[in-house]
Amino acid sequence: MAMASEAPKDGFRLSMLIYDTRFRSFTIQVIVLILVLLGIAWLVDNTIANLAAKDKDINFGFLWNRAGYDIEQQLIPYTNDSTHGRAAIIGLLNTLVVAFWGCIFATIIGVFAGVLRLSKNWLVGRLMTVYVEAFRNVPLLLWIIVVFVVTSETAPQPKDFKVTADMVQNGTEPAAQKLLFDTVAITNRGWNIPAPLFERPLGVLHLGSVPVNLSFLAILAVVVGSILVNRAIRRKARLVQEDIGIRPVTWWKSLAVLVLPVVLLLFALGFHLDIPAFPTDENGVSKGFNFQGGILVMHSFTALLIALSLYTGAFIAEAVRGGVMAISRGQTEAAYALGLRPGRTMNLIILPQALRVIIPPLISQYLNLTKNTSLGIAVSYLDLRGTLGGITLNQTGRELECMLLMMLIYLTISLLISSLMNAFNSAVKLKER
Amino acid sequence: MSETDAQTAFIRSEMLAPQLPPVTERGVIKWLRENLFAGWLNSLLTLVSLFVVVSIIVTALPWWLNGVWNAGSLGECRTIAGPEGGACWAVIKARWHQYIFGFYPQDAYWRPILAFGMMFVALAPVLYYGLRAGAKLIGVVAVLTVLSLAALDHNIAHVGAIAVLMAGLFAFSVIAPKRLVYVTILYPFIAFWLLWGGSIWKPVATLLGFGVMVLVYRLIQPRLGVIMGTAVGFVAACLYWLFVQGAITGALGDAWPTLTAVNSDQFGGFLLAFVIGVTAITCSLPIGILLALGRRSDMVLIKTLSVGFIEFIRGVPLITMLFTASLLLQYFLPPQTNFDLILRVVILVTLFAAAYIAEVIRGGLAALPRGQYEAADALGLDYWQAQRLIIMPQALKISIPGIVSTFIGLFKDTTLVSFVGLLDPLRGVTQIVRADINWKGIYWEPYIFVGVIFFLICFGMSRYSMYLERKLKTDHR
Repeated sequence: MAMASEAPKDGFRLSMLIYDTRFRSFTIQVIVLILVLLGIAWLVDNTIANLAAKDKDINFGFLWNRAGYDIEQQLIPYTNDSTHGRAAIIGLLNTLVVAFWGCIFATIIGVFAGVLRLSKNWLVGRLMTVYVEAFRNVPLLLWIIVVFVVTSETAPQPKDFKVTADMVQNGTEPAAQKLLFDTVAITNRGWNIPAPLFERPLGVLHLGSVPVNLSFLAILAVVVGSILVNRAIRRKARLVQEDIGIRPVTWWKSLAVLVLPVVLLLFALGFHLDIPAFPTDENGVSKGFNFQGGILVMHSFTALLIALSLYTGAFIAEAVRGGVMAISRGQTEAAYALGLRPGRTMNLIILPQALRVIIPPLISQYLNLTKNTSLGIAVSYLDLRGTLGGITLNQTGRELECMLLMMLIYLTISLLISSLMNAFNSAVKLKER
Repeated sequence: MSETDAQTAFIRSEMLAPQLPPVTERGVIKWLRENLFAGWLNSLLTLVSLFVVVSIIVTALPWWLNGVWNAGSLGECRTIAGPEGGACWAVIKARWHQYIFGFYPQDAYWRPILAFGMMFVALAPVLYYGLRAGAKLIGVVAVLTVLSLAALDHNIAHVGAIAVLMAGLFAFSVIAPKRLVYVTILYPFIAFWLLWGGSIWKPVATLLGFGVMVLVYRLIQPRLGVIMGTAVGFVAACLYWLFVQGAITGALGDAWPTLTAVNSDQFGGFLLAFVIGVTAITCSLPIGILLALGRRSDMVLIKTLSVGFIEFIRGVPLITMLFTASLLLQYFLPPQTNFDLILRVVILVTLFAAAYIAEVIRGGLAALPRGQYEAADALGLDYWQAQRLIIMPQALKISIPGIVSTFIGLFKDTTLVSFVGLLDPLRGVTQIVRADINWKGIYWEPYIFVGVIFFLICFGMSRYSMYLERKLKTDHR
């Protein structure tokens, strides 16, 4: 009679650490842990030895020392007497402002290009394909440099915009003209754009050392308020529609709510544009050497922004195209069978579904754009890498601290963006029960 | 019934010849109406696009056609082109060798060219073209290599020797195409020796280390399993590299055959882009696969380490990694270690790309149905066998588009190495050219030249990935 072999003894043998699947993963993890700890210890030991050899220490105190260099583009007040820490914050803000506007412009460009590439129009489709392929297959650095070099080297000097006495006599025009109804002047120094000014401003509130312009804050509050009221109006209209089947006409209410309060506020503040121009005498002859008034936006900023938006726009266009194409044709046909018009089919059926496919790649494109702002180094744009990881690093010689801090800040920005966008993603995601 | 028959005055006994559709519904007009002028919005778009296309052609075409190829400086170009202006391609003609080779010694140009040609020989077995097409590719590359050498190198002996070598490789690929994999395995060492020069015994001794690793693995694997085999083999190879290799290279010294050593700072242009790009691409794929597997592992520690590494790398810009390579690596390594900047950059770029590849492959792994894993388990395969035979072939196939676009991104990002002082084709070389008093003020031509080359390479890669996808497609939908 065949007897079942006896159950294995409970005794623990050392070889079970390798052969027994219950213990093997434990063994592997312990070995890996030991190796990783040894590696870290080796790196730390090397770093300490190297720092000692160079007579350095790890000290972030330099952040409170005088920076001593100027930054052209500053969103909060900064002079060369400010600290290295404040310079880093200026750099961070410069990074964020390019990333913010870049994301907005790239999304607009990308959505248009993606939808147009799918259009039945042969010419437009081909044109968009050329745009997308040209930008996806050529390094971003090339676009940044080309835009910068071309705009700054082909643009006229400020003096070319001057009207001299001879020109007034002969009735001729100066060598260079301002664009957009005489409001914007592109010179070899940058873009002179109109500045918004208020005759009756609300004043400035100082939060610590950061000034907050109350006028802009008030405009922002009014705009946000209008949008909220508009949403309430639309919600009410929808309730009425669901109740009696007829949607009340709301477009003029929306228009009034969105436009009127802002216009009234701007009027009350005495809003006007300060257009960059040469001061002139009574005959119309220009004086001085450069434009007065307005804001000078440096070429480094515009070049970086234009190149980043176009480059990332091409990638977003592909994401949008993929998203729309991922929705099966049956959805469109079902919508038509329900009697929906093509416009409403797109708005109510296709786009909400395509959005779910588009958002994950969109997140990674926003992240890429934010990280790619660090290429501003090519056009000497003083972003976080330019201040903290550039001039401050070179002046203080504290590579370790500066690089660590910079990496941590970039990491934080990336994680913040991805967690925000992931929250948005889970909000619009298909709810599965 | 009969009444009806009687009332029927006329019954057509033969069909009328079909008429042509109306003029608006056929030929060019139909195509135009459907594709360009369907509706007012569509017509408007067409007109706007036409305006864009025409204005680009009107501005760029005369400039392009009126290009000047023979001139010594930008001023001379402008004089020749006359008042209507024209492109000054003379700058490319004068400086193309810097764009391709950087400051690589001119009499050694045959070495990078040979390495580049052999790269295709090494790639042929892994490109999935099939054996015959692979041999054809090698034949074409061999002819091109010899031709470009004949144009560049005036030493008949070099050209002859390389022609014989390439002919031999072609014959090898025809006779024994499956053995061509050995060329692929040896290629990194051959290319290293060709590009950097020095004694051949240095790469050979390094190669021996891998031999040691394989030998130990073969001895141990049947008894102790894959993991222990790999681990012990790796340790043995490390011990060899640390203690034995120095002795071997020391003993052989500069024994024959040697090539003139070329320093890393002489590398530049597209040569540099290719060295960094190809090395990082090759090394990042296996590391990326391991990281992706680590991220999906059941072992908490392995998973945490992989996630931490991937998320850290993906959270910082490549520039910070490059600055780490040039500024910080010296702090982390033992004092007085000083190794090559290109090598440091390659390591960091590889790690950077590996994190992205890992995420792409993770997507491919997640897309596989659970049944595949369970089927592999049911067959009794262990973890590595299941990965190698069942999981990875499918997961990699799904992730081809993502992997290739990561590779394209990596190749484009090789231009960033100019910020740590290497001479990349886009910014490094162009800065040198534009700093020359003869070419000061030139901007369109060099950037167009570099941009077109990058476009061709990257576009080629993306087309190849589409070809591969079609070729490997097994779901007949």
